[in-house]
Amino acid sequence: MVFNIFRKKEQPAGAGVAESLEKTRGGLFGAVRNMFQARRELDAAFWDELEERLIQADLGAHTTADLVDTLRETHDKRRFDSPEQAEAALRQEMMRLLGGGTVGLNLPLPLAVILVVGVNGVGKTTSIAKLAKFLAQSGRKPLLVAGDTFRAAAIDQLKVWGERVAVPVVAQGPGSDPSAVVFDGIKAARARGADVLIVDTAGRLHTKINLMEELKKVQRIVQRQIPDAPHETLLVLDAVTGQNALVQAKSFTQAVGVTGLVLAKLDSSSKGGVVFSIAQELSLPIKFVGTGERVDDFAPFDAGEFAGALFAE
Amino acid sequence: MFEALTDRLQGVFKDMRSKGRLAEEDIDEALREVRLALLEADVNFKVARDFIRRVKERATSLEVLESLTPAQQVLRIVDEELVATLGGEPGRIDWTGKTPAPVMLVGLNGAGKTTSAAKLALTLRKLGQRPLLVACDTYRPAAVAQLETLGRQIGAEVYEEGTHASPVDIARRSVEYGREHGYSINIIDTAGRLQIDERMMDELVQIKAAIQPTEVLLVANAMTGQEAVSVAQQFHEQVGLTGLILTQMDGDARGGAALSIRAVTGVPLKFLGMGEKIEALQAYYPDRLASRILGMGDMLTLIEQTQELYDQEEAEKLQKKLVKGQFTLDDFLGQLQQIKRMGSLSSIMDMIPGLSQLTRRPEFAAALDEKQFKRVEAMILSMTVKERQNPVILDGSRRRRIARGSGTSVHEVNQLLNQFRQMQGMMKQIGRGKIPKGIAGLMG
Ligand SMILES: Nc1nc2c(ncn2[C@@H]2O[C@H](COP(=O)(O)OP(=O)(O)OP(=O)(O)O)[C@@H](O)[C@H]2O)c(=O)[nH]1
Ligand SMILES: [Mg+2]
Repeated sequence: MVFNIFRKKEQPAGAGVAESLEKTRGGLFGAVRNMFQARRELDAAFWDELEERLIQADLGAHTTADLVDTLRETHDKRRFDSPEQAEAALRQEMMRLLGGGTVGLNLPLPLAVILVVGVNGVGKTTSIAKLAKFLAQSGRKPLLVAGDTFRAAAIDQLKVWGERVAVPVVAQGPGSDPSAVVFDGIKAARARGADVLIVDTAGRLHTKINLMEELKKVQRIVQRQIPDAPHETLLVLDAVTGQNALVQAKSFTQAVGVTGLVLAKLDSSSKGGVVFSIAQELSLPIKFVGTGERVDDFAPFDAGEFAGALFAE
Repeated sequence: MFEALTDRLQGVFKDMRSKGRLAEEDIDEALREVRLALLEADVNFKVARDFIRRVKERATSLEVLESLTPAQQVLRIVDEELVATLGGEPGRIDWTGKTPAPVMLVGLNGAGKTTSAAKLALTLRKLGQRPLLVACDTYRPAAVAQLETLGRQIGAEVYEEGTHASPVDIARRSVEYGREHGYSINIIDTAGRLQIDERMMDELVQIKAAIQPTEVLLVANAMTGQEAVSVAQQFHEQVGLTGLILTQMDGDARGGAALSIRAVTGVPLKFLGMGEKIEALQAYYPDRLASRILGMGDMLTLIEQTQELYDQEEAEKLQKKLVKGQFTLDDFLGQLQQIKRMGSLSSIMDMIPGLSQLTRRPEFAAALDEKQFKRVEAMILSMTVKERQNPVILDGSRRRRIARGSGTSVHEVNQLLNQFRQMQGMMKQIGRGKIPKGIAGLMG
């Protein structure tokens, strides 16, 4: 049975989400909107400014050029009567890139496994705590696995979070084999009747082959226990990251088959615009956004809502 | 992934060379490529624009247009301007005027402050200082424990008061403690924070006022995107920065953020963080970073890193072999062993122009896998000295013998030999002086 958490009626609203999107749109898309409104003519200067805005939101030179070109061509063909029309067209095109809609998690019973991966410091452990609380509130029974046995005090960090969100944590000592911890985690989950296992992993640069191999091994161990697991492999990206996020998404996808993204730190002044390129090139859905350091600063990503909010007043 | 700037520029300039003379449009075309490279490297849009404007002014002077080697001239200007913007001298830490000298580390969440604090302590100790680590991140769960663990690892004392005292008080008392216990530098690890979080930024201002640090270092991730500019600007305006540490430079991010930060704040880049292991920070050299931002590889750093692990003599021997194209299977094994010790093949390979694509190939990834590596080692060790020096003599029966001797298969032996041939080819190219020293050398 596939349990789609997003279809649940009662969704705990991430407190900071609306607020952060506010900031995001105030920063960039508000400006784009103002641009559209302030100009009567879509002249060369207009297109240049649009390009500048998109690049400054980290959409990257290529995706920006694609977007601006598409819009320009449309304009050449059928002339936007008003800046509002141009804006609507841009929004539609951006929505198209994101793939539209909300993509839920695939968390079948009796036991689903979520592997959380990403480069160092992006917000994996914090996002796991947030996700655990989110799932618990939607009626699931999560169990956390301290798979980061490498970084100093990473295990303590997850334990503190576990206490805060009242979700149990399975851990071994620092330096132990992550695969062994995960193996234990699965056993513990079965023994305690937990139905979602969320595995924290050490931050690793996608360029470190041996560390990527370690991740594959964790995945194999999980698979051996539960054939169709991990059911979700979530890549956490830091909204502050620029074009390298695309490289990260590609490498992690190649190594462990990422099923979705978590975009953390959306409360920063950055816009995370690189996700447009990622969505375009890899068709990876963004599943959640992190909007602060507190456990409730978290929400399912909704492309429609996102794009809409970006252009709202 | 990104088409190397070098290749693209070579294309542009090849067309030009055939025309003999350079026109202004040619320069525009070349600079468009440079601009794209800068944007791909996350250099801030405005910084890139100003930069291109400056280069263009210089490049359209008559002197350049009429020179016999206009392409080289343009590239030299790009290089010079880039290096100039990135700053002159590798940075140093100021610990004068105060004992202990407080050094504050500040930055966004997850930038790498705590790891950098420990690395800085190690770096300073090598310079004969007595550093004390100070745990002022009372917010992130287990941040204090993290610093303590790192302190233990490098044998440095950590001053901490748990998570209940205020960071301002902890910082202040750490200075007294340092003075009483004969420490020369207090390295203050602060919590990660957003530059737009007024309350948290105010805390930094208060810490600074309380301890009057000799250095306030911004720790920023090499992967930071366009917002690096406003992050650095805000930290600089509110707290007053004296330097920058750029972390995660062991990855493949091009690090354009450094150029942006430098351009808008004028704050010097002091050190680079090159890995998770607590080892000394690396001094930073503008010319190397310039070629990396442009996507042209960083041969000098590579050579240096390799040399640190090889002894000097061996490095020179290898260098000679490279030049003569006498790279043998023994050397190949030696290289694999070295690279394994250095941690990551691809981070090394990424420093060499043209090689980064190669490292993404599965054969190479496989060769470094722990088990695979043992097999490669076994195969090479099953060869005679002659065979290792001259693998051409490895016919079918010799290959079968090696496969048997090493407990592998002929297929694997064949694979290894193919890999080796590829590597040999590359090494020859590098040996032939295709090592780019700055940009100017590239277009010859
Ligand atoms: N402002 C903000 N900070 C966040 C968010 N998510 C995480 N952080 C902060 O980012 C820093 C790093 O978070 P972690 O969760 O430890 O990141 P990680 O990916 O687990 O880090 P490593 O395990 O060291 O690779 C911490 O200071 C978190 O509080 C977010 O959505 N917004
Ligand atoms: Mg973590």
